Amino acid sequence: MRRSLLFIPANTPAMLQNADIFDADGIIFDLEDAIQMSEKDAARDLLSEYLKLNTLKDVELIVRINNLDSPFFEKDIESCLAWPIHTIMLPKASYSAIEKLDGLLHKFEKKQKREMMPVIPIIEQAKSLFEVDRIASHPRVAALLLGGEDLATDLGVERTREGEEILLARQLVVYAAKAYQKEAIDTPFTDVSSKEGLSYDAEHAKRLGMTAKACIHPIQIDVINETFMPSQKEIDEAKRIVELEALAIKNGKGAFSMDGKMIDKPIILRAKKLLERVKS
Amino acid sequence: MSQIKNSLDRMIPEGMVPYQGADAIIKKTKRKLIDEVIYNGGNKPVENDISSIFDKLSISDGMTLSFHHHLRNGDGVINMVLAEIKKRKLKNMTLAPSAIFPVHEPMVELIKAGNITKIYTNYINGPVAQAIEQGFLKELLVMDTHGGRPRAIESGEIKIDVAFIAVPTCDKCGHGNGTEGPSACGTLGYAIPDLLYATYKVVVTDHLVDRVKKVDIDGRYVHYILHVPSIGNPEGIQSGTTKPTRDPIQLKIAKNTAKLIDELGYIKKGLRFQTGAGGTSLAVAEDISHIMKEKNVVGSFASGGITNFLVNMHENGLFEKLYDVQCFDLEAIKSYQKNKQHIMMSSSEYANPYYPKPIAHELDVVILGATEIDLDYNVNVTTDSFGHIMGGSGGHSDTAYGAKLTIITTNLVKSRLSMVKNHVRTITTPGETVDVLVTERGIAINPRRTDLIKKLEHSKLPLMTIEDLLKKAHDMTGTPKEKINQGKVVGVVRYRDGSIIDCLYQYQGA
Repeated sequence: MRRSLLFIPANTPAMLQNADIFDADGIIFDLEDAIQMSEKDAARDLLSEYLKLNTLKDVELIVRINNLDSPFFEKDIESCLAWPIHTIMLPKASYSAIEKLDGLLHKFEKKQKREMMPVIPIIEQAKSLFEVDRIASHPRVAALLLGGEDLATDLGVERTREGEEILLARQLVVYAAKAYQKEAIDTPFTDVSSKEGLSYDAEHAKRLGMTAKACIHPIQIDVINETFMPSQKEIDEAKRIVELEALAIKNGKGAFSMDGKMIDKPIILRAKKLLERVKS
Repeated sequence: MSQIKNSLDRMIPEGMVPYQGADAIIKKTKRKLIDEVIYNGGNKPVENDISSIFDKLSISDGMTLSFHHHLRNGDGVINMVLAEIKKRKLKNMTLAPSAIFPVHEPMVELIKAGNITKIYTNYINGPVAQAIEQGFLKELLVMDTHGGRPRAIESGEIKIDVAFIAVPTCDKCGHGNGTEGPSACGTLGYAIPDLLYATYKVVVTDHLVDRVKKVDIDGRYVHYILHVPSIGNPEGIQSGTTKPTRDPIQLKIAKNTAKLIDELGYIKKGLRFQTGAGGTSLAVAEDISHIMKEKNVVGSFASGGITNFLVNMHENGLFEKLYDVQCFDLEAIKSYQKNKQHIMMSSSEYANPYYPKPIAHELDVVILGATEIDLDYNVNVTTDSFGHIMGGSGGHSDTAYGAKLTIITTNLVKSRLSMVKNHVRTITTPGETVDVLVTERGIAINPRRTDLIKKLEHSKLPLMTIEDLLKKAHDMTGTPKEKINQGKVVGVVRYRDGSIIDCLYQYQGA
């Protein structure tokens, strides 16, 4: 289950050393924004050695590569395919960038006879939002991450605690992701000192349909995991729905009710999805 | 120097009492008490310079002078006495301060020149520690515990000729306290054995008043008052408000520690709890306070050095009482001033193994740190991994012995070094008194505590053996070559019962 994804700069040994202890569902090793231009090669080398020496279990390993137009893009891709990682994260995503990345990955994958490497594109430019459904539809895309900070910069607006400036973006990302059964990952909350603010932001994102949230500090993981973990009440209710559905099928009934409420197909589907997430 | 082995296989100087087990000696011996030295209840002579005190008390070569450490790294009293020793060219002096800090650097010169040749203390860091580890102290440094020191004083094992007791406020009868005046430091628990048993007692103050509001130092025991412009630097005496850590690794350790204590069933009505003033310890207290609130639990007491955080827990109704041997911050001082349930304890009441029911023995849970811990759960808080002297037991061994549940919290790896070792460099606290080690990568329970292991059978906490933790650490750091203690012995670590648990060796290089 993806609930929390923690960004770790790939050039910081102390942070790499402890990357796997915080109960994040995924770790995003960052080769992009957190790394200065002069440190790009060093970060890639350090990450390479780290992944060679450490076996990280029960956590999704993601690498945020540099963007398509940077001189580091191809080297990053080559490295990613040599590392025991699960997913590539593509910044400043556009449909054409996904296509290009897909082409490159496909070439390597064919040569190496390996499985398809999934990609999480970051939707962080105004123009990306106008093609977000195409991006989500690409078979290589596993989930969408909203990059709220860069998007606000692109829009020329300030980020606020309420997040009304990215409300439409959040909704578009959620709609596109859901349309193609992909996961919608919310933008990080950058005030690491405010647990209350994080909680509000995560709850808000969850209500809009986000299924996970990225974060920039390990201290944020517990709140995010708690927020995006279905509650026991929700799990129990979903189990009951699935059980009642099985009973209804057995008895040849199309629809059924639970606690006086009509249970129809979308509710059954949502219950099944929730149980799948918990199981995963 | 010929040596013998103690029960932990550590070599100790022949002629000294070897450590034989945590309560082997206590069980077979009785409390030994010399007579208290009471002077009189009237006004006491007030002197204004240290020199006249030396004259009046005929302080001379070979005498033992004692001090407390409540002024911490702001202390001016020890240095005042050192300057007089130097001026008078006194030789072969013994010092018995309850702790030594970097501010006491002037002591180094006197150690090297032979003015000071023997030291008893419970904690030492900074330049004096460095001088001693280089072999400059003529006789052995004796490192006691906070409970062992009053035992040694009341039994006459440390015979104090003159106790210089820094008292932030006192009246002309010698009654004093630590809560008023420009050098306020809070409770004065570590000074009490010196006050009771030293041959002569001099209270040193920079705030002489007509009447004190609170009497923590009983003037009847006092011979002289030394009134000086300043007994210390307030910046070094009072730390700022102590706060729980925000370091994510330490927070993880704290979270798992609190969960563990809860799963073991200790968070219940009447909880008796002690933790240090470090960030991780306070984060454990913070997590425990949440659980206590959720469960509507009121603890009996929190004890030890008291911090603002524990004061808040008490004021929020989570603990009925605070037993305080020293205040760590301003809020703790203020609380002690106004709150009758915030109670001073002497070091004897706190941790003396022969005191009837010392607070340390009443504890349910204590959270302690470690610079190293080994596969036998022995803990080192006296030297670092290179053998530098940088601390000491303080109340570590005392509370580890006394608490029903002793938890050591530490990062598994610090600065590319594993904190779990095959053998610790120096044993401060014996493994038989340590129950659990909590690190960021797992929790190990001492195999002696089969009861705890059984209780945690179905726990989802990351439980593993200490050997597994060592392996995890070595997988990250590589397997280092462990240094063997050898060369000149410069000191001994004395367990709370007076036996020698380990030696301190001249620094051999990293």
